[in-house]
Amino acid sequence: MGFLKKMFRSKAAVSQLPSGSLTVNRDGKLITATVSSTYPIELQRAIGNMALELLRDAHTAQMPVAEITINFASLRLTARELRGGAIVFMFPQTTSSSMSS
Amino acid sequence: METRHKILVLDDDTDWLDLSRELLSQLPSKPEVRTASSGNRALAMLDNEPFRLLICDLKMPRIDGLQVLAIVRRRFPELRTVVLSALEDEEFRSRAYALGVDLFWLKTEMQRNSQMFFECLESLLGRDKEAGFRGIQSKGLMDIIQMECLTRSSTVLRLTRGSLVAKIWIQEGELTDAETDGAIGESAFRRLLGWKSGTFENLPAEPSRERTIFKPINALLLESAQVMDENASPNSAASAEELAHRKTVWKLSLLARAGAEFVVTVPIEGQGAIEALGIQFQAAEQFAVWARKAVESARRLSDQIEGGPISYFTAKNLERYLLILPRENKTFLVGWSPEATEGAYEKTKKLIASWDS
Repeated sequence: MGFLKKMFRSKAAVSQLPSGSLTVNRDGKLITATVSSTYPIELQRAIGNMALELLRDAHTAQMPVAEITINFASLRLTARELRGGAIVFMFPQTTSSSMSS
Repeated sequence: METRHKILVLDDDTDWLDLSRELLSQLPSKPEVRTASSGNRALAMLDNEPFRLLICDLKMPRIDGLQVLAIVRRRFPELRTVVLSALEDEEFRSRAYALGVDLFWLKTEMQRNSQMFFECLESLLGRDKEAGFRGIQSKGLMDIIQMECLTRSSTVLRLTRGSLVAKIWIQEGELTDAETDGAIGESAFRRLLGWKSGTFENLPAEPSRERTIFKPINALLLESAQVMDENASPNSAASAEELAHRKTVWKLSLLARAGAEFVVTVPIEGQGAIEALGIQFQAAEQFAVWARKAVESARRLSDQIEGGPISYFTAKNLERYLLILPRENKTFLVGWSPEATEGAYEKTKKLIASWDS
């Protein structure tokens, strides 16, 4: 039966990209998320904290912004300031997605 | 009855304060002279009474003169400010002028040329200015003209370069006339573009001045860049300075043609200087620091979430729309007006593609 293993080699699991939204408070604590429950919490926190950091640093640089969008090759993140914290919207990009913001 | 102006002298040296009070009260306009020996005291006095002029030392304990000037500039924009300091370092002179002071004098200079110093003070006390911002750092002529045009102001710029004097008339953000040593109109303006250094002052607008320039500023910049290219012969040994100047004019014309407000080029840290066009350098530096940090954070996140390389960032508020494009060895930050978001990414890519060519 070992030949089946040779035919059907196991492959690394494809990383799921987040889709949905999440909110973090001013301390970086994850408050709500509509992302799939299978998406790791640590990564959701990492996204939320990065968004918080970008918005705060923009304030420090004397350029307060209402919205920041980061376009990765396969994911778009849009962050907005929300009562001291941040709300982040996540959109996986497919070949048919528009790259214009 | 003529109003007596009030002068506030700030210095931690009480003997100097006594001397200043005695000398300044003898000015022809007989101002009322008050003194303060600390920044806090001076700010409290400025809050309570209307002063015309602040004469401020720099080196003081607790709150130094530069901090006081930064606060004063924000809270009392109408107040005229003079720095009178014993610090001879040119860096302090630059920093003081960057904070918008009207005059910077060394105490040693003042003692040698006291008559001239007092005449300057009298002039400041008597001059009525329009409301507005002061404190423009060293800027290229094009930056200054573009700033006036973008803010739709009306003014006459008087330019001086050694013995040469020129004037540029701007009315409601449009260039209407120019004049310099025998030339007027567009030819004068083109000649002025060749000035790489000089000083300028704003004079009151002259709306009745006959208009000789009808082309928009963008078109004039484009033409000037083209003329410069045509005039340059392949065999001429153009100096590095001349080439850099031509490149700046060409980039400005690119910027104007694309319709972008400014471009900031941010090299990898430690690998070159930040380049900014269409924006004050101080603001550009702050944007650049933010952009560098933002790109680093995003790259780290991308590694974690496996989102792929960064294509670009956007950041927007009511005043502007920013596009940040990280490239191999530098990041470009392009500013657009908030109404210009449609197709901004494509326009930015085109602009950046030509930028360093």
